[in-house]
Amino acid sequence: MSKKLLRRAGFLAATLAAGIFAGAQAAQPIKIGSFLSVTGPASFLGDPELKTLEMYVERINEAGGVLGRPLQLIHYDDAGDASAARNFASRLVRSDRVDIIVGGSTTGTTMAAVPLIEQARTPFISLAGAVVITDPVKPWVFKTPQSDRAAAQRVLQDMKDRGITRIGLISGTDGFGRSGREQTLAVAPEMGIEVVADVTYSPSDTDMTAQLTRIRNTPGVQAVFNFGFGQSPAIVTRNYAQLGIDLPFYQSHGVASDRFLELVGRAGEGLRLPASPLLVPDSLPDTDPQKRVVQAYKSAYEQRWNTQVSTFGGYAFDGLMLAVEAIERAGSTDREAVRKALESIQGYVGVTGVFNMSPTDHNGVGPESFRILEVRNGQWHLIQ
Amino acid sequence: MLNSFMQMRLKGLVILAVIILILPLFMSNPFHYDMATQIAIIAATVVGLNLLVGYAGQISLGHAGFFGIGAYFSAVMTSNYDWPPLPTLLLAAALVGVIAWIVGRPILKLKGHYLSMATLAVGFIIAIIINNEGWITGGPDGMPVPSFSVFGWELSSFNQYSFLGMEVNGYKAWYFFAGLLLLLAVWVAQNIIDSPIGRALRSVHGSEVAARVVGVDTARYKSLVFVISAVYASLMGSFYAHFTGFITPHIASFEHSIVLITMVVLGGMASTFGVILGAAVLKLLPQVLADFQELEMMMFGLILMLTMIFMPKGLLPTAQKLLKKKMSRKKVEEQA
Repeated sequence: MSKKLLRRAGFLAATLAAGIFAGAQAAQPIKIGSFLSVTGPASFLGDPELKTLEMYVERINEAGGVLGRPLQLIHYDDAGDASAARNFASRLVRSDRVDIIVGGSTTGTTMAAVPLIEQARTPFISLAGAVVITDPVKPWVFKTPQSDRAAAQRVLQDMKDRGITRIGLISGTDGFGRSGREQTLAVAPEMGIEVVADVTYSPSDTDMTAQLTRIRNTPGVQAVFNFGFGQSPAIVTRNYAQLGIDLPFYQSHGVASDRFLELVGRAGEGLRLPASPLLVPDSLPDTDPQKRVVQAYKSAYEQRWNTQVSTFGGYAFDGLMLAVEAIERAGSTDREAVRKALESIQGYVGVTGVFNMSPTDHNGVGPESFRILEVRNGQWHLIQ
Repeated sequence: MLNSFMQMRLKGLVILAVIILILPLFMSNPFHYDMATQIAIIAATVVGLNLLVGYAGQISLGHAGFFGIGAYFSAVMTSNYDWPPLPTLLLAAALVGVIAWIVGRPILKLKGHYLSMATLAVGFIIAIIINNEGWITGGPDGMPVPSFSVFGWELSSFNQYSFLGMEVNGYKAWYFFAGLLLLLAVWVAQNIIDSPIGRALRSVHGSEVAARVVGVDTARYKSLVFVISAVYASLMGSFYAHFTGFITPHIASFEHSIVLITMVVLGGMASTFGVILGAAVLKLLPQVLADFQELEMMMFGLILMLTMIFMPKGLLPTAQKLLKKKMSRKKVEEQA
């Protein structure tokens, strides 16, 4: 009995050793680190992001890897907790010694990890929205989603095109809504738009009629803009319809998903929002350089995971592809070279937009990469 | 008797010091030091909380709030107003002490668990203020914190230091500094426990009526220890902020309060070294379980549940009891 066990143990040890030696002979993998909010309140961000990373790392490895080396994805789930994110970032740069980090689902988790990653001098591509991540520019930090400032600019631009100059702003008091509100208030004067009403709601509120009534009663309001996240914008939309407010209504990119359409139902008719082209891949004009990329990503994702594609997964796709592009351009995983290469990427066509990085712009996509969509008959409709 | 008491107290401290000194032999990269430093800081917080929970029998559900005030006061004052870190940290602790006294004094005159409710409310209020006053605290997205420094000497985990002719990395320096903090926290706590205050507290824990009958001013002692434990939390909150370099309102949240209480209960109430173990286990579990992916939360819950069912007195006291039992059995066998 014990002999058998011993033999088995010996066999196991032998195979293990063989495995290690075989591994040493093959090319050293390029380590891509990631910390994402796969569970917890921000799981709707982290889940599609992780699926995208896993799927494309597989695909790239099947196609021979990068620089002849396979990619190795090391990922942790921070559950949306900033201190957990910081600790996992510490683990990635200090223990796993990854070559580049693609991750950080929320602004909170990203910013918690930034001081550490900056000091550890590891290139970091964040998947979170707020403008503070790349403004002021930090040498080692990049991001793929358009900033909330860009979203505000895009919405205000569309309003201006419709001849609207006085608007009411309603926003959530969570991180996303607060930052969005600040950015909207900051860019409005530059664009010649006056915010005449400015009200907020708490993310746990279940009725926003009071705030909307205040906006409606403000004289001169020509349109209403809601900057919020999660369930609340759906409630705002339903209250808006219940109150019968007859003004153009805008939402932010934070709710640009098919799920939101289901939540609001008929109440959403006519509302507009800035969104990734991922929501309307087939209505993009054929001349649009993004059309092919977006369609390919959408069909690949939906085939592999059998669920609907989401904008947030698109951020991870762009993050990974930019990382791969930078490593290829740098010709090595030397951190400074990769960082420089990331900064020099121009005209890279991604799912989110066309990226033009520079030493002064670590985001690389502006307001023009947002498409304005309108809800018509319960469907997204691209406004040209 | 007094002599043996002193020895016991010292023995624990010496063992802890030895563990802190030996641990680096098992740590192979800066990440391990990073975790160990955080564990030491949180453990010191919990040692303070244990005074209240384990000895005075009062439960604070808002300790993360005090931790948060310490952290945010240090962060805001040192980064926005260029205050020196050390006086800022002490001022924060004094401020928290006053707040705790104002909250605790009237409530602790009452019998029963009213303090839990009051601290619950205070904790929520602190968290809400930190969340909403974004112009100064950075709001829900948090804020960066400068490194800790005294008289122009900066302690950063990315610096290099030469100490007695040795080259010491910043993360190691922080580790030993945090270890020293923990030793200090334990030393102070043990002195309180073994002082007349400690005896008075234990009498309160045993039976408040009996304590009052023999002339213990229960309200005074309870509020005193509540203030002390809040000051512990504030000081460690400040150090935690300086060490991690970035804080979010999460550290002041109700969830974090619960985590701190769980560390006390898991490690062993009224056992100073037990709660340190509790802090270490709770801090390390997420890292150890990280490889299990979606099973992580389930395993975390299962481990906590099993410990509570089979070790209701906490990790260390149960282990000690088992050890004692074995030893006495051995003795009996030897005699027989």
